[in-house]
Amino acid sequence: MKFFYILIIFITSTLAHGSQNENLENNIYKNLRCLVCQGQSISESNSDFALTIKSVVKDQIQSGKSENEIYNFLSDKYGDWILYRPKINKINFLLWIVPYAALIFGAILIYSIVKKRNN
Amino acid sequence: MKINFLRIFFVSIVFFIIVVFFFSLTQSSKYDTSKMVGKKISNFEIEEFYNNKLISEMELKKSNYNLINFWSSWCGPCRDEHEVLLKLKEINKLKIIGVNFKDKKPNAINFLEELGNPYNLILVDANGKKSIDFGIYGVPESILIDKNLTIVKKFVGPLKPRDYVEILEILNK
Amino acid sequence: MLSITGNVLILTILVITCLIIYKSLASLKNKKDVSILPIIYQLNLLQTTLTITTFFVLVAAFIVSDFSLITVFQNSHTSKPLIYKITGTWGNHEGSLLLWINIMVIFSFLFFVINRKNKNYQLYTLIIQNILIIGFFLFLFLNSNPFNKIFPIPKNGLGLNPILQDPALAIHPPLLYIGFVGSSIFFSAAVAALITDINSNYFARSIKPWIFISWIFQTLGIVVGSIWAYYELGWGGFWFWDPVENASLLPWFAMTALIHSILVLEKKGNLINWVILLCLLTFILSVTGTFLVRSGVLNSVHTFANDPSRGIYILSFLSLMILFSIIIFFKKSKKEKYFFNINSKETFILGNNWFMLFYLITVFVGIVYPIFTEVVADTKISVGPPFYNSVIIPVVIPFLLAMAVGPNLKWNKNEFFNIKKFLTLFLLAILVNIFLVMLFKSSSFIINLILITSLFLIFYSLTDFYNSIYKKIKFDLGRIISHLGFGLMIFFIALNSNFSYEKNFNAKVGEIKEFNIYKIKFNGLGVKEKKNYHSIAGSFSIINIKKNTLLNLDPEIRIYKNPETITYEASIKSSAFQDYYLTMSNISGSDVYNIKFQNKPFMLWIWISAIMISLGGFYNLLKKKNKKIIYEN
Repeated sequence: MKFFYILIIFITSTLAHGSQNENLENNIYKNLRCLVCQGQSISESNSDFALTIKSVVKDQIQSGKSENEIYNFLSDKYGDWILYRPKINKINFLLWIVPYAALIFGAILIYSIVKKRNN
Repeated sequence: MKINFLRIFFVSIVFFIIVVFFFSLTQSSKYDTSKMVGKKISNFEIEEFYNNKLISEMELKKSNYNLINFWSSWCGPCRDEHEVLLKLKEINKLKIIGVNFKDKKPNAINFLEELGNPYNLILVDANGKKSIDFGIYGVPESILIDKNLTIVKKFVGPLKPRDYVEILEILNK
Repeated sequence: MLSITGNVLILTILVITCLIIYKSLASLKNKKDVSILPIIYQLNLLQTTLTITTFFVLVAAFIVSDFSLITVFQNSHTSKPLIYKITGTWGNHEGSLLLWINIMVIFSFLFFVINRKNKNYQLYTLIIQNILIIGFFLFLFLNSNPFNKIFPIPKNGLGLNPILQDPALAIHPPLLYIGFVGSSIFFSAAVAALITDINSNYFARSIKPWIFISWIFQTLGIVVGSIWAYYELGWGGFWFWDPVENASLLPWFAMTALIHSILVLEKKGNLINWVILLCLLTFILSVTGTFLVRSGVLNSVHTFANDPSRGIYILSFLSLMILFSIIIFFKKSKKEKYFFNINSKETFILGNNWFMLFYLITVFVGIVYPIFTEVVADTKISVGPPFYNSVIIPVVIPFLLAMAVGPNLKWNKNEFFNIKKFLTLFLLAILVNIFLVMLFKSSSFIINLILITSLFLIFYSLTDFYNSIYKKIKFDLGRIISHLGFGLMIFFIALNSNFSYEKNFNAKVGEIKEFNIYKIKFNGLGVKEKKNYHSIAGSFSIINIKKNTLLNLDPEIRIYKNPETITYEASIKSSAFQDYYLTMSNISGSDVYNIKFQNKPFMLWIWISAIMISLGGFYNLLKKKNKKIIYEN
């Protein structure tokens, strides 16, 4: 019974959600690379290029474009390099899979080590 | 048996990574967008330089090939490429459109008076936002577009004599 | 003059190093000849003294601004403040390489002097370590020599990048180097352990202090680097998953796995093969990191000036190291039997290793994948914070739970942990989380989970602390401090990332902008003239409408002369609950300024808890050892 209550409280507490609309703009800036800088995002950079991109992104948010649409627009013009979040496609799927594959492999390894004792 | 397979697996991964590293030393780390070819340019509406009339991508359909050149009076390499642009103007099949990028009108006019005007048409992008539609991130940059509005070639940086030769070859195909 | 001195010293040390190896091999062959050992000791002493002297010769060259040396010319200037002339010695590739070698030599000497019981082990470690030293010295001498001359001698230098002229950045490299260069000694010791077939417990006790030292300084080095980035780089962040930052993180994961596994080896004599593998892996990762950072293969804010010839040398050296490690490990490792009960401390330590390797592989793949796609598929992609955050953060959630429960289990025994304690503290964590969410009114599902699990770890550690002090139950205080620090750090980072406020806007002098609960007034501009720069300083007043407080912030745009650079200095006001952060830049050709305002909660607490993590390690390192050595089978 106690456990059931705890479960309910746990689930409801994690579902508490807030509005974060102001953050959309900032999040997009953080996910774009400044092409003329050495390893800085549009959010951090003060370069001319970054300021222009910020302006363009602001306009697109105003006209109702979604985050993904904006990313696609920019990677269409500048290549995938401008996006900090690698797309999930044929080339990149290994990137996303290898860490979890390693996790599973490690689990199997540990399981076989611990199991040996109990035999 | 299983252990041997695992060993070979790990050793081959390590070997592969080292080989990739060796190859990576031969790559240059400077990035440019000159590979972004083959796509169609998007629709645009930009003001003409002298009379502020709005020009759209329809203008480009009027000729077989268009070279859109992004330039500014404050940009040093833009002076270097001016000769090549003037030579390109003499080609009939090619229409040269200049986009004055983040510039002040008087300075731009002086620049053209000093070095000559290679452009069939000049557009103006004062805040640089329109140029983003073309994938521009600095000046000078030039884009060669065919009748179907597809990007045939991108030139990042000032145009060189060999670029002139290359453009001729593409036009004559 | 200094150039000749430096080069003569380097060549002399190279000769001495070869002698050390030669004499050690001789001593191993003729075990009965005891006269060789004092000679080896003298050679070691000489090697250490001369290496440290070489370093000070370079420092001297920087202090007197001897521009006949290329390195000094490229990285210094007469107008630099003295303290930065000194720290500039290691703020460049060649100088930092010399520092790297110094640490290898010093650690080699100390290890040699301390571990005298097992001669074979002691000498083989010395030999391997000195082979590594020769490798690095050759690299230094042939490719990256800080004592190379330039002619004609320039009147003045090119100067040091102004963002490097900062106290935090001055100590950041030495701290990091003690960390990942220090791992060279247990690399060598691990190879020696394989060759000499040493007793597990002795091996564990001999490398344990070195692992701790390495780990503590690596942790501090990374934290100081983050603190510097926050205060200096002007974007308000402290971790960017930048490839160079990641390169320092890779050995840290291996070291953390090692620092936990060494406990199993010491207490139970089990896991020696795994510990040896981790020892080899840590230094290999350090050298891999160096390769990635200095070869020009990565694009980052941190780049040294890049040079592919360095890359070829380091990669070749790295490949040899890896090849040698693989061969010797496969040839010499002995089959081991594992004795692990499911609910025992050892199994949870294996669990820690499991998580650490997951983080390691994730970060490694993230760094290396763009290189891979470029070579194989001729496409350039970026792997940045979105990737790392979305892969790693969910896994941190169970990790925090395991960090709390694991240390409370006993060695060997198959007992279930205290369910009552677990549920009570978990419930308490949930309640506190609900309170926070209701108070501040926003967070996402993942953040909630992170908050709950980090609170859980915090409460668990605190009860352990209470129990160990008041109930005299024997708990490892070092572990409690470190785990508590980690839990607090994650907790404050989660709060910070969730409740930070950021606004990017344009303004002219005199304008007042209002958003959220803030009113920001652009009061005016001023000009400052300093010794090596002049700056435009903006004066801003920030009014918190809700709390009715006022703050003044004055960010700067600094224009340096040598070298000519522009930097944007953030104006930061830190307090216990939050930091106010403001940067400005000028939109060229206009009188409009682009302003970035941030409110960042709990920044000071993030730094404090991060440092706390290393303090736990310090405590363990320095506490009096148990007289009884428990050796369970």
